[in-house]
Amino acid sequence: MASTNFSENSPSGYSSGSLTRAPSSPRTMFNTIMTAVAFICALMAVIPLVAVLGYVIFKGFSSLNLSVFTELPPPPLRKGGGFGNAILGTILMVGIAAAISIPLGVMAAIYLTEFSSGKTARVIRFATNVLSGVPSIIAGVFAYGIIVLTLNKLGLGSYSALAGGAALSILMLPIILRTTDEALQLVSQDLRQAAVGIGATKFQTVSQVVLPAALPAIVTGSTLAIARASGETAPLLFTALFSPFWPDGLFKPTASLAVLVYNYAISPFKNWQSLAWAASLILVLLVLLTSIITRWATRQKV
Amino acid sequence: MTTQSQNPPSGLRQRSQTEKSLDSGFVWLTRIFAFAIAFTLLWIAGQVFVGAIPAIQKFGLGFLGKSAWNPVNDDYGVLPQVYGTLMSAFIGLLIAVPIGVGTAVILSENFLPPKVKLVLVFLVELLAAIPSVVYGIWGIFVLIPPLTSFGKWLNASFGFLPIFSTPPTGPNLLVAGFILAIMTLPIITAISRDALISVPPSLRQAAIGLGATRWETILKVLIPAAFSGIVGAVMLALGRAMGETMAVTMLIGNSNNISTSLFAPSNTISSLLANQFAEASGLQVSALMYAALVLFILTLIVNILAELVVLRVKRL
Repeated sequence: MASTNFSENSPSGYSSGSLTRAPSSPRTMFNTIMTAVAFICALMAVIPLVAVLGYVIFKGFSSLNLSVFTELPPPPLRKGGGFGNAILGTILMVGIAAAISIPLGVMAAIYLTEFSSGKTARVIRFATNVLSGVPSIIAGVFAYGIIVLTLNKLGLGSYSALAGGAALSILMLPIILRTTDEALQLVSQDLRQAAVGIGATKFQTVSQVVLPAALPAIVTGSTLAIARASGETAPLLFTALFSPFWPDGLFKPTASLAVLVYNYAISPFKNWQSLAWAASLILVLLVLLTSIITRWATRQKV
Repeated sequence: MTTQSQNPPSGLRQRSQTEKSLDSGFVWLTRIFAFAIAFTLLWIAGQVFVGAIPAIQKFGLGFLGKSAWNPVNDDYGVLPQVYGTLMSAFIGLLIAVPIGVGTAVILSENFLPPKVKLVLVFLVELLAAIPSVVYGIWGIFVLIPPLTSFGKWLNASFGFLPIFSTPPTGPNLLVAGFILAIMTLPIITAISRDALISVPPSLRQAAIGLGATRWETILKVLIPAAFSGIVGAVMLALGRAMGETMAVTMLIGNSNNISTSLFAPSNTISSLLANQFAEASGLQVSALMYAALVLFILTLIVNILAELVVLRVKRL
């Protein structure tokens, strides 16, 4: 019978005269097994996401209530309280970071796509990519060196919201530059030529033609960068430090949601741990919502 | 007037001097900002180096080979931290590379309808977006308890192996490696997928035409063709794993010892910085800056190599 002697006779798994490989041939079996293995890999990649999101949402919602947004952190072991100061602190520092990095990043991207020669642009893009790989804690060390120590010398304070914001801006810069760069490159060359053709200066071309065309993508990129920065902890640990009080100007230690999660998660107190879960939920929802919205906003291009 | 004679006769208005200088001022401004960003990289290196100078003068290169961290006697060395950084990253990649490449194959082949694939791509992307500190708190409360009981069993049954030689007591090197695997998975998957997709279709057609099965095509043609891209992905993930701070700090146990056991608490350079920087003073700050410099140089080398590999793949 053909079906019994193919395995001895032909290593390819085909019986002679047939174009169908037998399902029991080693090659077919190997194929099936590898497909199963690959699907298991994909499953294993998605499981952690479901596990993390599910657990954070479950734990977070059970410790979330209105006072969380308005009150100050409670002392250990006392029920109630919240982290209104940390929410305000995060908004303050991410605001500082955005105010530094969005104009800088967008302007730099304009130079790369509109005015630079290919070689300089390549070098700067390369540096940007390397900058985005710099560990976030190094950004903290950097901000400590340039701002915390300087403020200390000037007698204006030391650990501060300003230093925290500066550290975050280092992390936001490469993201904003890259997304703006990509958005500007997608703007059709015809628009630029038309603008120059009717006598626009370089500034007018960029500010009134190119930038408006790329604006949605730039806004999306900046939003993503802001969401990412709100969850960053390492750069804030020794730049903004933490504070159990409301933010008090730019030159004082300032609380943030991310540092609150860290401090309270490793504390032995149940009430602090439950606040940490509530804060994690807010951070995760922020990232989740911005990711889904940006994905939805840019879905035509995918 | 001389300027009038240069005017074009058609009556077009010559741009005024202010208009011209505004325009070139704008170009210069963008140029300065662009170079400032490239310069930031050097500035960070310089700043960290200057801060580290006192420690470099005192300890020299011996800093890398010494395991001491004693603020009382001002005696510092980062051997255990360097070991922990490399080991935790290695464990993480050992788990993440096969899973990541397998997922990348699923996402680049036509196993699934495009819409399902798009959702999967998005889910993997989300994995990269979750803040590190959230992975940390999840690891403390969800990952450590089962891993500890599983580790106790491994220790009881296979304790003669050096890697299982100590009983786990909570945070340890293996847990940190696990969380790093989850955190580096999206990078490996995304870049490997890009590399696999950009393999010319003619290679696949030729392999299938010669009678290869799908997996013979993937393993013997597609993956070798995309190999440098996958290497780039793994190196980028390595850089990310070495620099990762919060999740690792919360899960590794922060003990400055070198142990062959995976269940022993350990430490990384970034965790050392996270734990000690805020309370440090004097030479300790400088020693921490020196440690930061070591980490910066390590990740810089890995990242530059990775970028070069990825860049080369993109140009091909």
